[in-house]
Amino acid sequence: MNRETQSAATASTLSDARHLVGTVVRPRWREHQRIGLGYLGIALFALGIGAFLSLLMRVHRVLPALSLPFLGVSRPEDYLAWVTMHGTLMVFFVLTVAPLSGFANLVLPEQLGSRTMALPLVNKVALWLTALALLVLLAAFFVPGGIPIGGWSAYPPLSVLPDAGPGQATGMDLWLLSLAIFCIASTLGAVNLVVTVIRCRCAGMTYERMPLTVWSWLVTSLLTVLAFSVLLAALVMLFCDRHLGTAFFVPSLTWVSGAVQQRVGGGSPLLWLHLFWFFGHPEVYIAILPGMGLVTMLLGTFARRRIIGYRLMIGTTWLIGVLGLLVWGHHMFVAGLNPFAGTAFEVSTMAIALPSTAKVLNWLVILWRSRPKMQTPMLWALGFVSIFVTGGLTGPILAQPALDSYLHNTFFVVGHFHLIMAMAALFGIFAGVAYWFPLMTGRMLSERLGRWHFWWTVFFAYNTFFPMLLTGLSGEPRHYAQLDGLAGVAGALVRSTLPLERHITASAILLATGQLLWVANVIRSWRRGQPATPNSWLSTTMEWAPQDTDLICHRAPCEYGLPSQPADHRAVFADTDESGAPFLPQWATEPTAE
Amino acid sequence: MQFHWHMPANAALHGAALDGQMRLNLAIFAALCVLAQALLVAGILLRRGPQPLGHKRWRLEYVPIAAFTALFFALAWHSERLWAAMRYGGADPAAMQVEAIGMQFAWYFRYPGKDAAFGSTNLRLVAPGEGNPAGIDPADERGRDDFVRSALVLPAGREVDLRLRALDVIHGFSIPALRIKQNALPGQVFHIHFTPSIPGEYSILCTQVCGLGHYRMQAVVRVLPAAEFDTWVREQRP
Amino acid sequence: MPAILHPGEVEQRPTRRYDEGDSGGGRRPPIDEKHTGGGGDNDNWSNQPQGRRGPRERLQRYRLGIFFALGGDALFFVSIVSAFFVTKHSGHVNANYQWVNSWLPIQIPAILWINTAVLLLSSVSVELARRAMFRESDLMEEWLGLGTPTRRRVLPWLAISAVLGGAFLWGQLTAWSQLKLQRVTFRDNPSTHFFYLITGVHGVHLLLGILFLAAALVGMKAVRSLESRQILVDCSAWYWHSMGVFWIFLFALLVYGQ
Repeated sequence: MNRETQSAATASTLSDARHLVGTVVRPRWREHQRIGLGYLGIALFALGIGAFLSLLMRVHRVLPALSLPFLGVSRPEDYLAWVTMHGTLMVFFVLTVAPLSGFANLVLPEQLGSRTMALPLVNKVALWLTALALLVLLAAFFVPGGIPIGGWSAYPPLSVLPDAGPGQATGMDLWLLSLAIFCIASTLGAVNLVVTVIRCRCAGMTYERMPLTVWSWLVTSLLTVLAFSVLLAALVMLFCDRHLGTAFFVPSLTWVSGAVQQRVGGGSPLLWLHLFWFFGHPEVYIAILPGMGLVTMLLGTFARRRIIGYRLMIGTTWLIGVLGLLVWGHHMFVAGLNPFAGTAFEVSTMAIALPSTAKVLNWLVILWRSRPKMQTPMLWALGFVSIFVTGGLTGPILAQPALDSYLHNTFFVVGHFHLIMAMAALFGIFAGVAYWFPLMTGRMLSERLGRWHFWWTVFFAYNTFFPMLLTGLSGEPRHYAQLDGLAGVAGALVRSTLPLERHITASAILLATGQLLWVANVIRSWRRGQPATPNSWLSTTMEWAPQDTDLICHRAPCEYGLPSQPADHRAVFADTDESGAPFLPQWATEPTAE
Repeated sequence: MQFHWHMPANAALHGAALDGQMRLNLAIFAALCVLAQALLVAGILLRRGPQPLGHKRWRLEYVPIAAFTALFFALAWHSERLWAAMRYGGADPAAMQVEAIGMQFAWYFRYPGKDAAFGSTNLRLVAPGEGNPAGIDPADERGRDDFVRSALVLPAGREVDLRLRALDVIHGFSIPALRIKQNALPGQVFHIHFTPSIPGEYSILCTQVCGLGHYRMQAVVRVLPAAEFDTWVREQRP
Repeated sequence: MPAILHPGEVEQRPTRRYDEGDSGGGRRPPIDEKHTGGGGDNDNWSNQPQGRRGPRERLQRYRLGIFFALGGDALFFVSIVSAFFVTKHSGHVNANYQWVNSWLPIQIPAILWINTAVLLLSSVSVELARRAMFRESDLMEEWLGLGTPTRRRVLPWLAISAVLGGAFLWGQLTAWSQLKLQRVTFRDNPSTHFFYLITGVHGVHLLLGILFLAAALVGMKAVRSLESRQILVDCSAWYWHSMGVFWIFLFALLVYGQ
């Protein structure tokens, strides 16, 4: 094909695409996109329940005697049950499912220039297993013996000995079963993603040209394969301890509720802590890394800036992933860890702050004097940066065992991980939904509602989680079902946080209420939102390319400010900055192509 | 009701250094947070300029990263010295021996009595209702003068060697005012040592979720002037 | 649209050609209706290294997938083995608050040696099945519609492997019942906790392997696409080999590491 006909062909495809504006048909979803939407549905459902439970918790903390409709007056074990289910639902079924499985299935093959996933069958099985895991977990709400109360980390012996509390019967078994299924599901899903990235890249898509979203999904998937296997082994051993009389995690003798329980041998709960946190800390990065990748891409796209230090960003993603496997001990500084090990984990944890710092610096440099297009995906990306900075800077404090020996298990920790892991990751999810909504539905989300939703959420997110750092500093411990009515100086200490606790509860309720804006926006825009133009945000990555042509990847995404381009090209896509630097999508057909 | 967002007043010898490190950290990271947010807002609001590229990248990224490396290293070093002083070594042999025992949902404290030695214990003998929550073995001579209280009483200015045990599940032993926290694990004994310096009444909280009564598993520590403590301890009988 | 492109408007041709280093199926998936060879369709499959594009593309994906899954699975066993060593070398506090280490090594039943040999044999037979799946003359014959030579060659080896695997599992159960007769049960000692846990989870993995082999056996008859059959046999075989390797390590641990 000679140059002129090539250009003509490109131009006609594009004018066809422009012609389509206004007569939007819902895009035909490919199978992996349907799977992605399924994952997002699961995550949304779990998010709804998890958020509702968190509101119950917040209300119970400040008004323990309140009688709620249908629920009556809640007991302390109800509070702990909500904590447990809230944590499990959010960590596994929202923060693991949505950013990794959901978004990666939605766009990863398209970003690589592939039509399908590498292992579609495995992918489908993973989705159904995830759904099954969620159902099994939710079944724990309705079984005799109660909902498990051990928190999402389920420390033994509390999670092993049935007499140690309510909820350690069938509910706990369902919890174990659900997580075991989830381990298998996410491993299968992650294997599919890794193979897709390695083998299904289109012509020209070298590793260095892969979008950072793809890089973060790749690293996250590898972490998933490694970390969830360890969790599965730990779950199997905990199950043996519960039902087969072994003693992997429980000591030989315990005195529970007035009776001595004996087991031969005698293990240590610390073994569970090691195995659990060896999984648990990478899990945090599984939740946040996809958001980091997406946010970097969004900053580049909406600021119309190259992502400088592209290799550095890839390198920091790897570093965070690898170091993430070596820092689990910082959850155990005061749990009975050898003090020397405490120092070692302090060093590794401080080390992981460096790649994170590099990422933040990179974002600030991309944004410096950029006057970005403030559309909703960009707002969420900026919110992510802000919240990530605030939450992230509390991390090095907790990394120091000396300071952690004061702050461990206080609300400082709760504020820290809710800002950095829950809120930042959630902002990443909102950014992703707003950004890819046109691809999913052919329509745009309402910008006006989106703005309201963003400012509402960011305001109340700060109001909810930042004060937790303050109550934590004053010594308020986690997992307390009520703060009022406790005797003595301890009661006075805990009670002194009540004014701020009330503020947190009110903010949390408003934060949750504000999400109705988003729900309304999604429902309304899905049905009759403004029709989307092709490549709605003028993005550079390949999921926005016309999908029915054979395309070749020519460059890394977000290459702005390159030398001049053919005029017609600029006219179609283009959005130039003041210096006249044109927009260059990754897939743009070069006039020089053969 | 007044809310204090800062840490309760320190009452332990090692607490001053810890508080200093905490204040230093909070100041540095609050400043960095404000700086980063300001740069973020400024970057968005300022007139669009050329993209920082080329040689500037060193200035904009690698120099700050090097500075942060130095900062994190310095903080880690400083705090490691603190941690080493708190935990690397054992207690002074002359330190006062006390044992804290966590069970659902109460703390008990055992003193070794006149012979300064704890008697052996047996879980099968644990009976809080009958006045033996620690499970002291009556056959053991050393245990005869051990006495168990539900409040911790300590002398000011003398190092305390605290043995931590739990009978059933993991509990967290925390005294915010004395800046100590350590989990108590069933089947294991941990030692922590510290020196209360200022007399007063402080709270002991459980900081590891241990069951439905976790929120009300508290106790009180009374730090007495040395002379008062001597009188108190002389009056105690098993 | 300008008919003539001026030099300044033409971007320099990238020094790297886009085809270099490209290993993806990409936008040109190898839709291979014939299920065997490449060629035709105007592509240049014959110029591509085998497995990158063309006949074995899908097979390579599944093989890579099973390797990653087995890598994760290896970590599953590694965590149990690390727990084994931790428990072996740590003591606990007994009723009188004395520090004791109650680890008592158990006598490994002799039948485990036979089981190990059986498992090694099954690995050999499954490898023979796997290789028979890739004989080019057979594939050509089958592609030309001249019969089903692969099925004839592969089925017996697959069946033998599955039977040997079953024999291994039966042998493991026998070992358990022998130990039970000596009153050595799961809950007796830290070492027995790990003996039963390790043999148990490995047995579950092997049961899964037998199911894979059974699926491959059924697939040899039921699946039309030759490549899908290759995938079934190939992946089952790699899984089976890994279980063999894992067992060698675990068995060595139980025999020499207790």
